[in-house]
Amino acid sequence: MPLWWPLLLSTLLFAIGVYGVLARRNAVLVLMGVELMLNAVNINLVAFDAAFRDVLHGGQTLALFTIVIAAAEIGLALAIVLLVFRHHGHIDLDRLRSLADRDAS
Amino acid sequence: MTAVQVVFVLLSLVAVVSALLVVTTPHLVHSALWLVVTLGAIAGVFLVLAAEFVAWVQVLIYVGAVVVLLLFALMLTRAPTGPQPDLTVRRWAPAAFVALLVAVLLGATLVAGFQDVRLDLDQAVVGSAEVTGETVFRRWVLPFEVLSVLLLAALVGAIVLSRLRSEDGDD
Repeated sequence: MPLWWPLLLSTLLFAIGVYGVLARRNAVLVLMGVELMLNAVNINLVAFDAAFRDVLHGGQTLALFTIVIAAAEIGLALAIVLLVFRHHGHIDLDRLRSLADRDAS
Repeated sequence: MTAVQVVFVLLSLVAVVSALLVVTTPHLVHSALWLVVTLGAIAGVFLVLAAEFVAWVQVLIYVGAVVVLLLFALMLTRAPTGPQPDLTVRRWAPAAFVALLVAVLLGATLVAGFQDVRLDLDQAVVGSAEVTGETVFRRWVLPFEVLSVLLLAALVGAIVLSRLRSEDGDD
């Protein structure tokens, strides 16, 4: 199989993740978009590992490390989301303006 | 097309279509459930690409832990079960344009750059638990230990964040 097949798949998943991050209003759904983007990167790593037959298996090992980092990230992010819900009563990103730059004209 | 290629194309189609449903469905909970389908299809892609151990770790951590965490977060933030029309921003066209730009630019670059490289899966070393364990604990020990420190820091951070309320005392 040509190498660009998995690369194209990961590109499409990454773009869908970008759309999810930009277009969704619920904070948990934005996090799902981030997960899609991280998975797209993992597909790239594994595909390059198989294509270049890395003796150190750098691609697969880095994919494992990315999965671990993603798990840590989602745990922290959901703790922050729950904290935001306790303070504001909603997790609608369009209505969370307490960190907005109010000096801008 | 060989059987492996057919399986790969089918898994890719499932992954892309369910990922599109993740970012467009008006049901909150359905979004998390379509994410399960996407991540499972990606685990299948890992299996096709000779990364056996990564595929099972993907099933265990992503499909097992991350999606359950997401469902818990949806539940704890009192997500309504019916369809919600305001889950997506009203002006979604610029977001779709940026995503399309990303897809075209990245896709064109990658396809043009690696057009001639073949992925020879018949001779690839399957990343079984034995092979992966040997590489992780022989060649990648230091990053592995750094990652364990990172996980500990994330654990402590999550606990500290969840205990913030008791110090405020206002709600």
